[in-house]
Amino acid sequence: MSEIIAENIAAVPSAPPVETRAKRLRNFWSDFRESWVAVGALTVIAVLLFLSFGAPLVSPQDPYDMAMLDWLDAFLRPGTEGSGGYTHLLGTDNAGRDMLSAIFYGLRTSFVIGLSAGACALLVGIVVGLTAAYFGGRIEALLMRIVDLQLSMPAILLALVLVAMLGQGIGQIILALVVAQYAYFARTTHGAAKVERGKDYIEAARSTPLPTHRVLFKHLLPNVLPPLIVVATVQVASAIALEATLSFLGVGLPLTEPSLGSLISNGFKYIHSDRYWLSIYPGLALMVTVVAINLVGDQVRKVLDPRNSR
Amino acid sequence: MTDPILKIDGVSKRFTRKPGPIVSGIDKLTGRNSTQTVHAVNDVTLSVARGEVLGIVGESGCGKSSMGRVVSGIYAPTEGTVTLEGKPVARDHRGNVEKLTTRVQMIHQDPFASLNPRMKVGEIIAEGPRIHGLIPAREVQERVRSLLEQVGLEGAYANRLPHQFSGGQRQRVAIARALAMQPDLLVLDEAVASLDVSIQAQVLNLFMKLRRELDLTALFISHDLSVVRHVCDRVAIMYLGRVVETAPADELYAKPLHPYTEALFGSVPTLGTGRARFHPIKGEIPSPINPPKGCAFHPRCPLAGPRCKAEVPRLVTPSDNRSVACHLQDGGTGTQTGATA
Amino acid sequence: MSAALEVKGLTTQFSTRKGAVTAVNDVSFSVQPGRILGLVGESGSGKSVTGFSIMGLIDEPGRIIGGQVMVQGADMRKMSTEEQRKMRGRAVSMVFQDPMMTLNPVLRVGDQMAMAVRVHDKVNKAAAWERAREALEIVGIPAPRERLQAYPHQLSGGMRQRVAIATALLHRPAVIIADEPTTALDVSIQGQILAEVRRLADDIGTAIVWVTHDLAVVSSLADDIAVMYAGRIVESGTAEQVIANPRHPYTRGLIDSVPGLHEPGQDLPQIPGSTPQLVNLPSGCPFRSRCPRATDICASFPHNTGTEAHSVLCHHPLEAT
Repeated sequence: MSEIIAENIAAVPSAPPVETRAKRLRNFWSDFRESWVAVGALTVIAVLLFLSFGAPLVSPQDPYDMAMLDWLDAFLRPGTEGSGGYTHLLGTDNAGRDMLSAIFYGLRTSFVIGLSAGACALLVGIVVGLTAAYFGGRIEALLMRIVDLQLSMPAILLALVLVAMLGQGIGQIILALVVAQYAYFARTTHGAAKVERGKDYIEAARSTPLPTHRVLFKHLLPNVLPPLIVVATVQVASAIALEATLSFLGVGLPLTEPSLGSLISNGFKYIHSDRYWLSIYPGLALMVTVVAINLVGDQVRKVLDPRNSR
Repeated sequence: MTDPILKIDGVSKRFTRKPGPIVSGIDKLTGRNSTQTVHAVNDVTLSVARGEVLGIVGESGCGKSSMGRVVSGIYAPTEGTVTLEGKPVARDHRGNVEKLTTRVQMIHQDPFASLNPRMKVGEIIAEGPRIHGLIPAREVQERVRSLLEQVGLEGAYANRLPHQFSGGQRQRVAIARALAMQPDLLVLDEAVASLDVSIQAQVLNLFMKLRRELDLTALFISHDLSVVRHVCDRVAIMYLGRVVETAPADELYAKPLHPYTEALFGSVPTLGTGRARFHPIKGEIPSPINPPKGCAFHPRCPLAGPRCKAEVPRLVTPSDNRSVACHLQDGGTGTQTGATA
Repeated sequence: MSAALEVKGLTTQFSTRKGAVTAVNDVSFSVQPGRILGLVGESGSGKSVTGFSIMGLIDEPGRIIGGQVMVQGADMRKMSTEEQRKMRGRAVSMVFQDPMMTLNPVLRVGDQMAMAVRVHDKVNKAAAWERAREALEIVGIPAPRERLQAYPHQLSGGMRQRVAIATALLHRPAVIIADEPTTALDVSIQGQILAEVRRLADDIGTAIVWVTHDLAVVSSLADDIAVMYAGRIVESGTAEQVIANPRHPYTRGLIDSVPGLHEPGQDLPQIPGSTPQLVNLPSGCPFRSRCPRATDICASFPHNTGTEAHSVLCHHPLEAT
C-alpha cells in the first residue's frame, strides 16, 4: 500500500513536463536494463537474428545447394576439415552438410515461421478479442466459446491435424500455427479490453459520438497492447518450438528446407551411433532461442506491469 | 418558465439480468424466477430551460447517474422519451451509439479515467469536432489552443499526455473536450467529486465563468448539497429512482417540503456551525432491486403513515415552480399524526 | 492526564525514481483520551502516510527516518517488530477508507472478529463471539447476532465500515487511527457513523485521529484540528479556533474554497496553483508560491508564530481575534 501512496505523491505535477515518446522509450529501457539476465538474453537474440538472417553471408556453406554437398564429407566429427578446405566446427550430417551452416539457415526458417505466425495470430486474436469485448452479448458468447474450446485442447494436436489436412510447406505450417495460437491472443485481448471497455474514456468516446471503428482501434486497442506484447514474445517462442515439434514428427518441413526441427529429426536417427552432433547442436540452438525469448518476455512483463512503476 | 430545451418525459430505465440457460432450466422446473431487475430510474419527468442549470441530487442507488446516461443517450430509456428541442437524443433505440446526437456532451467524475491515457490532450479535444466536421481542418490547432486557454490551461499543453497533468487540470481538459463539440446541453456527472477542495473551487469557478460566457445549459449531477446549491438554479432530489422533490435552489434550501430532503439536509455536516449534534436518517438505503412498496422512503421516514406503505405518492405542485411527491402534501398519510398538510 | 497518543518529530521518506520524497516532515501532535483530532489535508499532503507511520505500516520504498510515536507513554518506534505487532489492535488500531482492507471476504463476520479477539486474548470461541457481538452493538449495528453470521459481501458499504470500526474496537485500544473512513459513504450513512464515533470518544474515552480531506466533517466532529500541507502540520488548535479563526493563509484559503458559505453563483475564493510536488520541494515555506501574503522572508522556513495551543507555521499569520 505504501507503493500506491508513493505513486500518488509523485503523480501530482504542478507544471507538466514535456514527455516525448523518445523519453518514454528511454524510461522503458532503463527499467528493462535492471535485469542483466534479460539484457544478456536480448543480446543472444540479437546475435541469433543476425546469424540467421545473415546466414548466406556468415555461414561457410549453402546447405540448400545440393551441388555443394559431397558424400565424402558425411558424418565428419566436429572440428574436422572437410573437402571444402575449411573446418566443420560442428561437424557434418549424413549428406555431408556443414552443421553450423545448417543451423544458421535452420534458425532463419524457424524465425521466419515463428515471427510471421506470431504476427498473424496476434492480428487475428486482436480482431476476435476486441469484437467480442466491445459488442458483448451473443457475439461475445459465440466467439469466446470457440476460443475456450480451442484452448482446452493442446495446440500441438490441433496443429498436427491441420498440417495433415493442409500438406507440407512453410505457408501451410504458418497457417496451422496461426489457427492453433490465435486463441491465446484473443483471450488476452478480450480480458484486457473488457477492463478498458468499462472505463470512462471509452464511454466518453462513444457518447461524443465517435464511429465504432475509431473507438475500437484508436481508443481501445492502444490501451490493450501492453499485455499483448508480453503474450506475443511468449507465443513467438512457442511457435518456434511448435514448428520444430511438427518437423521432428515428420509432418513439418523437408530436409531440403531445413528448420531446426527437421535438423533434430534427421540427426535423431544417429544419436545411438555416437553421432550426437547431428541432433544435439540444433537442439541446443532451439533451446537457447526459446529460453532467450522467454527471458526477454518475462522482463518486458515486469516493466510493463503498472504495479511495478515507481 | 420559458421554453424548455430538454424534456425528460416519463423516463424509466430498468436493467434486467436474465439467468443463464442452466439456471433458467432449474427455474422452469421449480417455478422460481431468478431474473433480477434493477429499477434504476422510475417514471421521471423533468425539463430544463435554455440557460438553466438543473441539479440532480441523491445518494447512491438513487438513479442520478443512470439519469445522466439516459439524457446523454448512452443508455436507451426502457420507457419514456428524452428530447432536445423536440428531437430524441438517441435516434436509434437499439443502442446504436453512432446515431447519438452531438449536442449533448458529458463530463465524467474521474478525470483519471475519462481521458484516453495514450492520446495527447490536443488530439483528445480535437477528435470529436474533426470527425463531425465542426471545424475546418486548418483551424483545428487554433481552436484547440483557444479552448485550452478558455479552460485556464496553456495552449502549448496540447502536445502532452494526460498522465502529465494533475486531477484538476485533467478535469479542465475534459471540459474543453465537451465544449469543443459546441453542445446545447452539458451533463456533468459528479464532475468535481473527486477533486481536492481547493481544486474543486477552481473548477467550479471555471464552470460558472463558462456558463456566463457561453450561456450554458447543464444537468449538474452531484451528491454534494453545498456544491449544488452554489451552482444550480433549480434542484431535483432523487430517491431510489424517483424524483421526490424539485424546486428553485434558494426555495429548496430555505424550506424543503419532502421529509427525505429535510433529513438529507440534516445529516450533512457543514462548516462553521461548530460541533454538531447529528440527526442522521435512520436505517439503510434499500436496494433498487426490491424497492419498498408505496413511497420508497417510508421505512426511514419519521412521518410515515399507513397510506405511505400502500400507495406511491403522486408528484404534486404546491406552488408554481415547485413539485413534491409526498402524501403529506397530497391529502395526508392516513393517520392523525402525519396529516399536517 | 497523560496523552493517549503523542507524536514527536515524525518523519517518513519514500524513495522514488525522481529522488527522495519526504511525505511526512517533522510532524508532532498529541491526542488526549476521549478527544478526536481531525488531521486535514488535500491529496499528497501526507495525512494518510502519517496515519500509516503511526501504525508502523510503512513498507518499501518508504521508511520512517525519525521521530517518536508514544502510545500511552511507550515509544512504538523503539519496539521490536514483535512488540509492535502486539501493540497493533490492542493499544492502537486502524480503520481504512475501504473496509474490505480489514475484512476477509471468505470468512463470516463473526469468525474473523473472533479471530481478531483471540490474536491477543486467550479466550474460548464462544467468549470471543460474545465480545464480537458486544463490539457490533457499540457501533450501533441493529440485530448484531444475525450480522455475525453474515459474509462481508452481504452487508452494505456503511455496515461493512461499522464492522471494521467494531473490529478496531475489540481490544478497547487507547487510540484509533481512522483514514478517510466515511469518504466512500453516502451522507445519510456518514451522519450515522459520525454520531457513533463521537459517542465512542465521549463514552468509552477512545482517542481518535480522524484523517480526512473534508473540512466540514472535522469541523462538526473533531475537538482539535491539525492542517497538513506538503508533509507538515502548518496549523493546529482546537476545532473552534482553527475553523472560526484560521491563522495560516492556507487554512483560510481552504475554508473559503468550500461552497456553502458563499452567496450562490458568486465566484469562490480560490487558492491559485495546484498542490506541490513533493519531489524537489523548494526550501522555505512550501505554500509561498500560492500564498497571497508571501514576501522574501518566506524563502526561509517559518517557525511557530502562534501560541502553543494554536500553533501556526507562517511568517505572516492572519490576526488572532
